[in-house]
Amino acid sequence: MPYIPHTEEDIGKILEAAGASSIDDALSALPANLRSRKPLDVPAGLSEQELLGHLKQLGSRNSTVEDYSSFLGGGAYNHYIPAIVDSLISRSEFYTSYTPYQPELSQGTLQAIFEYQTLVCQLTGMDVSNASLYDGATAVAEAVLMARRITGRNGIVLSAALHPEYRDTVRTYLSGTGDHLSEAAFSAGTGTTLAETIENAIDGDTACVVVQHPNFFGCIEDVGALAEIVHKKGALLIVAVSEAVSLGLLKPPGEMGADIAVGENQSFGNPLSYGGPYLGFMATRTEFVRQMPGRIVGQTVDKNGRRAFCLTFSTREQHIRRERATSNICTNHGLSALAASIHLAALGGVGLKRLAGLNLSKAEYLKKKLVEAGAEPAWSVPTFNEFTVKVRKDPEEVLEKLLLKKIIGGIPLKRFYPALDRHILVAATEMNSKEEIDRFASELKSV
Amino acid sequence: MEANGTRGLLLEEPLIFEKSSPGRIGIGPAHSDVPETSPAQAIPGRFLRSDLDGFPDLAEIDTVRHYTRLSQWNFGVDSGFYPLGSCTMKYNPKINEAACRLPGFSHIHPYQPEELTQGALELMHSLETYLSEITGMEAITLQPSAGAHGELCGLLMMAAYFKSKGKPRTKIIIPDTAHGTNPASSHLAGFKVVPVKSEGKGVLSVEAVAAVMDEETAGLMLTNPNTLGLFERNIKAIAEVVHSKGGFVYCDGANMNALMGLTSLGELGVDVVQLNLHKTFSTPHGGGGPGSGPVGVGKALEPFLPVPRIKKEGGKYSLDSGRPNTIGRMKSFYGNFSIMVRAYAYIRRMGGEGLKRASIAAILNANYIKERLKGAYHLAFDEPCMHECVFSDRMQLGSGVSTMDIAKRLIDYGYHPPTVYFPLVVPGAIMVEPTETESIETLDKFIDVMKAIAEEAKANPELLKSAPTRTKTARVDETRAAREPVLRWKK
Repeated sequence: MPYIPHTEEDIGKILEAAGASSIDDALSALPANLRSRKPLDVPAGLSEQELLGHLKQLGSRNSTVEDYSSFLGGGAYNHYIPAIVDSLISRSEFYTSYTPYQPELSQGTLQAIFEYQTLVCQLTGMDVSNASLYDGATAVAEAVLMARRITGRNGIVLSAALHPEYRDTVRTYLSGTGDHLSEAAFSAGTGTTLAETIENAIDGDTACVVVQHPNFFGCIEDVGALAEIVHKKGALLIVAVSEAVSLGLLKPPGEMGADIAVGENQSFGNPLSYGGPYLGFMATRTEFVRQMPGRIVGQTVDKNGRRAFCLTFSTREQHIRRERATSNICTNHGLSALAASIHLAALGGVGLKRLAGLNLSKAEYLKKKLVEAGAEPAWSVPTFNEFTVKVRKDPEEVLEKLLLKKIIGGIPLKRFYPALDRHILVAATEMNSKEEIDRFASELKSV
Repeated sequence: MEANGTRGLLLEEPLIFEKSSPGRIGIGPAHSDVPETSPAQAIPGRFLRSDLDGFPDLAEIDTVRHYTRLSQWNFGVDSGFYPLGSCTMKYNPKINEAACRLPGFSHIHPYQPEELTQGALELMHSLETYLSEITGMEAITLQPSAGAHGELCGLLMMAAYFKSKGKPRTKIIIPDTAHGTNPASSHLAGFKVVPVKSEGKGVLSVEAVAAVMDEETAGLMLTNPNTLGLFERNIKAIAEVVHSKGGFVYCDGANMNALMGLTSLGELGVDVVQLNLHKTFSTPHGGGGPGSGPVGVGKALEPFLPVPRIKKEGGKYSLDSGRPNTIGRMKSFYGNFSIMVRAYAYIRRMGGEGLKRASIAAILNANYIKERLKGAYHLAFDEPCMHECVFSDRMQLGSGVSTMDIAKRLIDYGYHPPTVYFPLVVPGAIMVEPTETESIETLDKFIDVMKAIAEEAKANPELLKSAPTRTKTARVDETRAAREPVLRWKK
């Protein structure tokens, strides 16, 4: 059998040591009347060569973002991943290790996470970060629960321009503990969350307001103005960032009054992989650190006074406080965080700024070309690498026709917002060449 | 005694920020082939950031050396024996890594039209079918990102079921041997936790459950085999008690590596179970994640599964969100897909018979260690065990040596220590899980080392107290990390 080293002779030795006369006898912990009577209905095992052939065949039934020109965003972005990222995270000392419970054997993982926490703080302009969460959607849900713990209030206000799947996830998380949830409509005129809609949505029991920046439509929100309103009413502001590359260019949440910054770091070093694993991040102000969920790495010293790292604040965690724990997070996304750190280190501050600028340039060029081709920008507010256009025909039909030309032209918003029935969400990154942008525009003109 | 540990090249490595030279670029982005838009042209100045203060600027080679050095301070399954009980650290097959990196799997966007992702959907659909068969459950969702995320998903489904009947229930029964995530997940799902004690021989009795089960209780959350490594042999009768009051049996399936092909959870009366792909199904844990926590349910809970579901109709696969009773979604998109690819590769390589053999070998290995070490260390429950066994430091306490000292001394011999101080019901617990991928020679060596450490504890306790000595850092001061928090680097 693959991966099992035992010979018949080994099994004999084990049985003898265990004082068992047969394998059946050795399984005596499992009462005979509770055992399966029939074999598992799972296909017979494949050789490694057969397995790889089968998987290649399955994989070939998917078309990739290389086979098509893809202008998809919506919380998952196709970025170039430097070769060193996979090379380094493929070192088995990283990927075949467990959660670093024994710090003396895990200084590599621990230092890498400590550096990741620092990078997230620098990106977001916040004081402290955790060691990662599952993804952007669950990070928002955890931030909402955290705001409830901090404020002792229950109400949650979500901007309707927050990613629909993030909103759904929050709703699911809150379904057990009472769903005190309301949504603040976005302005049909600007595509952004307006301060007055937020003001009207907050009441005396509101724990927090969540806005996305840039929001789901790609629009840059005036977070500073929203923060003032939210804080005046004694609630916390949670800012979600689903395209972290924007932080290379945009003012960070921490400088605009965010109390908790969360979001998705997939854009750094993590492939699209059909939606996962991605990389949720969370950062906050120092005063809230003990309410922050998830693993946290701290710096300390060893017995000889040398710098060392270990998991810390475990008194908030499930293995100590059980039902009183701050969250049930046990597994985080450590290897994905490592990938993000390596990508960010490879870019450095200068490279990250350039990458953000390049994304902006590509998107602005795409916007210009699509407008020339007859699409209309849905709103006039500034955007980063993603924006919404209105088309004259049924978007489903337009996208179908583009697909025949090997272009995935964006996400029809009708799927999430029935009122936006002519709208398509379009993204460009450094992976979209001028040539394919031009082709997209000219094909759009002819449909 | 031969020691596997070496000192290697224990060079210093500063933090990446301390290696930085402002302005240096490692791997910069591509040149622009479109006219450049300056940020100030497109975006008002009040939205733009001035700098990225403290960001590391390094040459490519320095970045590579930095992370290479960090990796050398780490211990993985590939580095050596990793008998971390309850975490199932089995070998992570290399073919799994090649599989998930095939462009057809790694370069697909979650919002691509379904006709462009038929292979991915087929893989997920097949994986659901296999996991259904392995657990004996009616249906599986692959969406949760981790075991604890799966627990929350299962508990929310239970809550939604009772809500849909117009009779919400408030409590969950959890034995003292449960994983810490069980009570935490229950609390998150809005339930009050009712603890019950495992009795006598380390397993739960029917009477203990009957005494607390009532019609306010949504169900029982049971880890099987439990965290003492023992099979909950009364499970079927316990399930009858829970079901008779209209409740559900939730099984924490983290220890599924002991059960594949040997028993069917569905037939034991389990209504909902989460699987940890990074444990039983050989996907690596990456120093803390990502994992993946699919959840299986019986018929009654099937309508409440999160959306989207994968549907197969006339040979076509699609994503179905039109389910009126669903709890909603647990995360964005469809789950940790590349972890699913690895687990799928493992299942197809093993086949049904191979999976059963893996469970049998895991049980044999644990019993071998239990039998051969029980004279040297106190065995918490001298019962035939499943895939892990629990010792304690009771026989060593006389020499002033604790479980932690034994664990740290093991490091000097080149082993990752077992799980320590868990389960909580055994003071000074040492929980060993060898897994099926370790040979008898590896087990023998480990047993010899453990026995040698027991001797050292008597003869020279200081050796244990000063361990480890062969690692990059000596014993780490964890108390100080919590008392004087330093959670990030600052200039």
